[in-house]
Amino acid sequence: MEEILSVQNLTKHFAKKGIFSSSRTVVKAVDDISFSLKKGEVLVLAGESGSGKSTTARLILRAIEPDSGRIFFDGTEIGKDSKSLDKIRMQCQMIHQDPYASIDPRMKISDILMEPLEIHKIGTKAERKKKVLDALHEVKLEPAEDIFNKFPHMLSGGQRQRIVLARALVLKPKLIIADEPVSMLDVSIRAEVLELMRELQEKHDISYIYITHDLSTARYLGQNISIMYLGKIVESGPIDEVLLHPRHPYTQALLDAISEPEPDNLLKEKKIRINEPLDIDVYQGCRFRARCPYAIEKCKEEPLLEQTGQDRLAACFVKLD
Amino acid sequence: MTFISIENLKTGYETRNGTVQAVDDVSFALENGESIGIAGESACGKSTLGLSIMRIVPDGNIASGDITLEGKSILKMSKSEFAKNVRWKDISMVFQGAMNSLDPVFTVEEQFIEVLKQHRYSGDYKQKISEIVNSVGLTQDVLKKYPHELSGGMKQRIVIAMALLLKPKFVIADEPTTALDVLVQAQIINLLKKLKKDGMSIMLITHDLAIISEVAEKIGIMYAGKMIEFGSAPEIYKNPKHPYTQALLKSIPRLRGDKVTNYIRGTPPSLIQPPQGCRFYDRCPEAMEKCKKDPPKFKTGSGYVSCWLYE
Repeated sequence: MEEILSVQNLTKHFAKKGIFSSSRTVVKAVDDISFSLKKGEVLVLAGESGSGKSTTARLILRAIEPDSGRIFFDGTEIGKDSKSLDKIRMQCQMIHQDPYASIDPRMKISDILMEPLEIHKIGTKAERKKKVLDALHEVKLEPAEDIFNKFPHMLSGGQRQRIVLARALVLKPKLIIADEPVSMLDVSIRAEVLELMRELQEKHDISYIYITHDLSTARYLGQNISIMYLGKIVESGPIDEVLLHPRHPYTQALLDAISEPEPDNLLKEKKIRINEPLDIDVYQGCRFRARCPYAIEKCKEEPLLEQTGQDRLAACFVKLD
Repeated sequence: MTFISIENLKTGYETRNGTVQAVDDVSFALENGESIGIAGESACGKSTLGLSIMRIVPDGNIASGDITLEGKSILKMSKSEFAKNVRWKDISMVFQGAMNSLDPVFTVEEQFIEVLKQHRYSGDYKQKISEIVNSVGLTQDVLKKYPHELSGGMKQRIVIAMALLLKPKFVIADEPTTALDVLVQAQIINLLKKLKKDGMSIMLITHDLAIISEVAEKIGIMYAGKMIEFGSAPEIYKNPKHPYTQALLKSIPRLRGDKVTNYIRGTPPSLIQPPQGCRFYDRCPEAMEKCKKDPPKFKTGSGYVSCWLYE
């Protein structure tokens, strides 16, 4: 199948300078990562805060400039020229985590949804209105004509997140980057938003990059997963295989941390196979070495992301599983 | 022996459009050493229940009911007596999002000292603070730091430590793991487990039933201000009675097993003049004619359920 997005050796380092000292520390937010995404595929980027997931998303949309690396979207290389930037900013849309912060409380829903169309100068006023109403129907906010004239504060968290989804949809995107789209929502309605996203994917052949730290919701939407740790992809592969048979100790720790609703949990301590971080330079050798319970001498060298099975990659000298 | 019991508690907020009955006739009891998890969707009254027990409902009032801690009513005692002897000393609370309310211009240690001063603590401040910091798994060097130097997980531990300063018997924790990374969440859960081992009872308020299973012996499910089911954790997880509890459990995404998700369609009713009868009526797959009347509490193996199906 055709590739919609391909990211090659993408790198972004941020320099952190103290106010009073002249010392500079470098944060390798995204460090030489590569991945690709087929049309209609859902790729999950998972990891803790600070692992570089959101920076990757911002790099793809060119909200920030990468230090190096190339991004190909739908056959075009995304560079500095306005033509390729227009293309990606129209056909690739972003959904943010907090539906209370990502829509302007002083704008009507109609204005919020019209804005992207106005920016990209699409259609006449009547056509825009029709597109917006269509998008509201698509995200099942009914009656759409009523919602159209409301303000954000009149809507619940789940409804707001669907407004955000509708705002992404009006431009008929090929790719949607969803950054923790359900983590602010109640558990009881998370599934509703995820199911809606999946329906839209099937109906319009939209691809998603689903960014999350929660592997249990990831499983519902994703086909493939890449686990990130401190700017590196440490493991990737088909989602069911990775979650059932993790090959990187970090993936294992993330899985250990998840609670399932089982009454037996009460009686046992939650065992997470991860150590208190050692005070060592994380950029020397394997970055997870400081917290890894399996670390060996060899881990002082940097492990490469290598093939460990069909479609599976892992960057670890210790072969789990 | 009964440790704490809540009887027919009603708490409301006055608004221009009428009274919002956020906690409506809620009852449950815990034995010594037991902890409870309160679960439900946003705006079901679970935080107001916690605030009512602390008697600090902002702009709201407790209309009726009783709360008894170790045989003594803490709702009937005067405000000043409650503030002097009960609040923070017997019962304390970790508020939702409290980790963001640490004062940015004071060090952690100064903020601890302030709490102790306020309560006219007579012992050695330094020793007390270092003890409490150890008990939540932090090292002494956090004391000299300012909140912005700490991670989310560390700040959450500090806030929990503050709630523990005066050695309460009952700690109410409102969404203590929300907005934290999964690995940090798991550490906070282990901290709560440890506190329980040290003899504390916890009331864990969250919308996440998976986390409740880690710490609570008893579970109360709230819906639109009512506690619609109460019982032991094994009974709620293995044999949920109320259709809402069943739906809530089915909506949790699982790591293993079936990928099919279920969610609860619709939204809860307004709490200003809620409709007569069962409040889950509009969303319930098993609704019948009888449900238009208020369902009484029917006894179950370990608690009760408010649903006509179990008449």
